[in-house]
Amino acid sequence: MSELIPLAQSHLLLSGCAVAIGVLIGLPLAIASARSARLRAPVLGLAGLVQTVPALALLALFYPALLILGRATGLAIPALGFLPALIALSLYALLPILRNAVAALEGVDAGVIEAADGLGMTARQRLILIELPLGAPVILAGIRTASVWTIGAATLATTVGQPSLGNLIFSGLQTENWARVLTGCAAAAALALAADGLLGLIERGLALRSRRRWLAGLAGIAVALAASLVPAPRGGGETLVIGAKNFSEQYILASVIERRLQAAGYRTERRDNLGSTVAYQALAAGDIDVYVDYSGTLWTNILQRTDTPPPERMRAELERRLPVRVIGPLGFENAYALAMRRGRARALGVATLDDLARAAPRLTLGADLEFLSRPEWRAVRSRYRLDFAGQRSFSPTFMYRAVTDGSADVITAFSSDGRIAALDLVVLADPRRALPSYDALLLAAPGTDRRAIEALAPLVGAIPVERMRQANLMVDRDSDKRTPEEAARWLDPDQSRRPAVQRH
Amino acid sequence: MSAFLDIHGLTRRHAGRAALDGVSLAVAQGQLVALVGPSGSGKTTLLKSINRLAEPDEGTVRIGGDDVREAPVEHLRHGIGYVIQSIGLFPHMTVAENINIVPRLMGSDEDRAAELLDLVALPAEIASRYPRALSGGQQQRVGVARALAARPRLMLMDEPFGALDPVTRDALGRAYRDLHERLGLTTLMVTHDVAEALLLADRVVVLIGGRIRADGTPAELARSTDAEVKAMIDVPRRQAERLAAL
Repeated sequence: MSELIPLAQSHLLLSGCAVAIGVLIGLPLAIASARSARLRAPVLGLAGLVQTVPALALLALFYPALLILGRATGLAIPALGFLPALIALSLYALLPILRNAVAALEGVDAGVIEAADGLGMTARQRLILIELPLGAPVILAGIRTASVWTIGAATLATTVGQPSLGNLIFSGLQTENWARVLTGCAAAAALALAADGLLGLIERGLALRSRRRWLAGLAGIAVALAASLVPAPRGGGETLVIGAKNFSEQYILASVIERRLQAAGYRTERRDNLGSTVAYQALAAGDIDVYVDYSGTLWTNILQRTDTPPPERMRAELERRLPVRVIGPLGFENAYALAMRRGRARALGVATLDDLARAAPRLTLGADLEFLSRPEWRAVRSRYRLDFAGQRSFSPTFMYRAVTDGSADVITAFSSDGRIAALDLVVLADPRRALPSYDALLLAAPGTDRRAIEALAPLVGAIPVERMRQANLMVDRDSDKRTPEEAARWLDPDQSRRPAVQRH
Repeated sequence: MSAFLDIHGLTRRHAGRAALDGVSLAVAQGQLVALVGPSGSGKTTLLKSINRLAEPDEGTVRIGGDDVREAPVEHLRHGIGYVIQSIGLFPHMTVAENINIVPRLMGSDEDRAAELLDLVALPAEIASRYPRALSGGQQQRVGVARALAARPRLMLMDEPFGALDPVTRDALGRAYRDLHERLGLTTLMVTHDVAEALLLADRVVVLIGGRIRADGTPAELARSTDAEVKAMIDVPRRQAERLAAL
């Protein structure tokens, strides 16, 4: 796994910076709080409140927040990637640092404080000569806790487009590549343990007043942070950033795009596992340059439309209304489709959504994480009067598991998904046309280089649904699994035959 | 205004009650004055008003004619030795670092550790040890040495030997009395041990309810007719008589 080292580097750099900022803010705040009881309660309360927000949500919140801030101030604030991840993780690191530092400063023996005052130390001298040295072991224990938390939470940074070891975990989960998931987890755990060990060495060194110990710990941390800054070897050329949402097809298509752009002499970076709306907004803001989205998603989520016009009209209107560049449709559709196991559908006599409406009160719907809150679901439900006995949400991989093991009767499958054929599912017909079309569209940020768009143009209309299904299945199936990169090579083979010297 | 330490009309109210109620006291240079009285009588507040660890509501304190509020508070405290019951040695500093701390704060790098350890009858080799390696009595000797390091003229001692066992306490009390003479110090010592006060001090001041109830030499106090003062002094006297009768 060649990406392990750069991912571990960026993971470490992100965590290190977040903890450093946590210390730079937390320590002065703790000193002020230890001096003033009036400040202490609100400061500790606020830090505690931040901690109750799930890390994933905290990360996700900074994307729109920075976007709005960027628009309001007119500054070029990057809303995706390092900055939002750094802010969220720094906030997360704050509480343990703050809490321990306050406890450390308040825990200094009252007699020692009285002596320091009585001997004529200024508040500053007392802090530097007495309180900080005596509190150091407890303060450091807080930094240690914060470091372990932050290194763990940094795996989630991948969802706001910041590469981290979470890339391995998230994409591994989606493609059921458990070796990848385990590698990501093990690497993150190893980093956390190493940080904990080194900080522990400093902590013991300070407690035992052993300069050798704490200097060794400090040196270890300095070496690790320096290693995270060693740049990966790269070629020349302009860098384009390719976005991908969090499922196999997106990883494969991002790899296809990456290969085409690299063949055209560009350097590429990836922002994987983006949320649906985040991906589009990132493109519109220029935080990513290229990605693939689906017409129906843009239609309902971005244009807020609830009608379902024919595919060509929808595409034409999207091209007219969206402020991004629509390079063109790839040639297949990845529509929401309600699907059942063939045997079950036959037994219940269900072939269309009208049939399903009659059987629904005895059935359980398994949906992906988005579907139940999307307008398509409201449209389907109201047009067919669907009323299920139960509804459950799954990540896509587990949704397919649920329909095969019977914990869901009907699922919201995707029409380009290889697992429809592989699991022998039937897609239920939609005679009332409640579900819009979902043509895969290749999108580029406004102002993207002409040459880059020309490099990608041959992909328009070049991927029929059967080939996309086959490529998806290669990644998603249980045995003989391929990586998204391998599937991309299979899907768009001619790029690899070009010799490197012809680039530029 | 000839007194070295001149306290005038000191009042400090605390939670609606006067901890000090118009206390005036003049101490001549070279005196060792013991402040005695029951708990909550204002002894410690009076002591801390001198080095401004407590700020009185009314009244003035002058040392050598200068109001203590005039100079920066740190400068004031650098010039006053301060010894407390809890000792307050800095546990992360060696004995020598503890002793030299006030000269360091004042910007001097003079090392007086060996000389001061000798003065308080401690072996010079403990200079490199940390306080936790010392006995309680040794720690308080270091505490006294630290208070003397910047050559103060005035020493303030708050129950300095209160936490020590009786034998150590007695030895340390007498050793300090010697130092006081040799260095020509002026000392104010708070103690709740009346016997200690009578045996060590040149002058004993009794505080009750924030006011001075009696003020005189040990011999004068031993003849006091004030019921409360008499009761305080009678305790050690009767103990001594019973001990003598054994």
